[in-house]
Amino acid sequence: MSQGSRTAVHARTAASRTGQRGVVEDDATSRYVRESARPDPTGTSAGALTRRPVRLMLGLIVPLLVLGAWQSNAVIGVFSPVQLPPPAAVLAAGAELAARGELWLHIIISTQRVLIGFAIGSVLGLAVGALLGLSRLADALLTPVVGALRAVPSLAWVPLLILWMKIGEDSKVTLILIGAFFPVFTTVFVALRHVDRDLVEAGRAFGLRGMQLLTTVQLPAVVPAIFSGLRLALAQAWLFLVAAELIASSLGLGFLLIDSSNNGRTDRIFLAIILLAVIGKATDALLGLAEQWAVRRWT
Amino acid sequence: MTALLTPGSTHPHHDHRAFGIRFSRLGQSFGAAEKRRAVLRDVSLEVRPGEILAILGASGCGKSTLLRTAAGLDTPDTGEVLIDGDPVRGIDERCAVAFQEPRLLPWHTLRANVAMGLPRSSSASAGKARVLELLELVGLTAFAKHRPREVSGGMAQRTSLARALARNPGVLLLDEPFGALDALTRIRMQDLLLDVHRVKPTTVLLVTHDVDEALLLADRVLVLGPGEDEHGSTVAELLPVPGTRPRGRTSADLAALRSSLLSMLGVDGH
Repeated sequence: MSQGSRTAVHARTAASRTGQRGVVEDDATSRYVRESARPDPTGTSAGALTRRPVRLMLGLIVPLLVLGAWQSNAVIGVFSPVQLPPPAAVLAAGAELAARGELWLHIIISTQRVLIGFAIGSVLGLAVGALLGLSRLADALLTPVVGALRAVPSLAWVPLLILWMKIGEDSKVTLILIGAFFPVFTTVFVALRHVDRDLVEAGRAFGLRGMQLLTTVQLPAVVPAIFSGLRLALAQAWLFLVAAELIASSLGLGFLLIDSSNNGRTDRIFLAIILLAVIGKATDALLGLAEQWAVRRWT
Repeated sequence: MTALLTPGSTHPHHDHRAFGIRFSRLGQSFGAAEKRRAVLRDVSLEVRPGEILAILGASGCGKSTLLRTAAGLDTPDTGEVLIDGDPVRGIDERCAVAFQEPRLLPWHTLRANVAMGLPRSSSASAGKARVLELLELVGLTAFAKHRPREVSGGMAQRTSLARALARNPGVLLLDEPFGALDALTRIRMQDLLLDVHRVKPTTVLLVTHDVDEALLLADRVLVLGPGEDEHGSTVAELLPVPGTRPRGRTSADLAALRSSLLSMLGVDGH
């Protein structure tokens, strides 16, 4: 055991000796779940605002108001139809693209890019985060490098990616992957550093080491953190998708944006933005459901 | 629960083990460079197989440190710990620890937490049977599928004890396991420990800050105190506790020993 960790262990036993004495019995167990992301703490107060149908209704109010204001612009004419086409025009643009079969192609290819980039980036983020979070050696060797890479604004990679991979799926997926990697990496790395040391020590005392300790104690302990990292990563993935498609593509919602801009089709620009909002929110909601389940299961 | 506690009912394939322990000129310091502070100094003593030894001492005197070196959780600076004649190097599978806090995995059921203590060599079916047996021993059969946060602190601590027993330890190391419990739960846990020890008379090292608990449970009491030059604790006293268990909680025979132990710990006039 290194000098430093020995000091820490001692400081901790001293603290628990003095601090734990008066603890009521239930506090002792709740210590372990204290820091995890538990469901909304106000959930027990059973106010009307916490009920799901009520929340859904309330959440719709602002979008409906915006829609109303948007529609009224067509009558009042603050903005010209070129600047702000009425909702019906956007709907018609969508119907027209759907009829030609193009709309689904844009949606599917964009979603596919996001999902592939997000999947690979998250797995890499998890692996590298676990490695650097658990191994002092890897931490000392690699953390400065990873930190420097993270400091590079991700769009700075674009020229290099195009040079290396040409303008194809690979370069776009790689950019999305870079975007998804860092949130997962950072949350997993930090969370592993803060796993309850008493629990890890208990695992060690019962003969767990290496991979077994990782899978039995450390990874389950950081599951809530992994999920918050994944949700951040998914949002980043959509962000980078649009960046990648704006720069070089012939299909996808980002392409629809830049192509419509070049052709002065504001209705299609609005269509693309609304689709990005809806699909982004839908994928995040799905991940949120998985998170809820995981947090219940692992804390 | 009581049926299980009669000695004849123990299963033959996990015969209990009880090893002797020898601490030999053990020394331990913590902290770096100029802040380095000796905690234990020249601790030598022998614990007999099957004995219950209570370790008393003021806060911060190194009681837990002594236990941790026996478990292999800490490596001593000098000297060594021998269990059954073999030195302890790293985590020792002949020992099992129960900490002051239950330290259960919150995402596992009580049953899975107890199973964590099973020796790696045990087969799945034998392990499962053993876990159920231990849950019954500590009176938690009905709560096998509960999570730690769904049960009381006393139940969590019983689970922690069952997890330690699942190792079939030759040495059971208890680090103030009842310290954080309320008075009634503590009495029940003390009785449970004595029941367990009657069925499986393993060697027990019990760190405690409670003199009465030491006198109730132990064969001998070790008092750690400052050495001659105040640098680190060493063996101040090693006293046998008269009478056989179970002892009364208010036994008059122990009054003299109780007051002399208290005065050793710096509490006079009781």
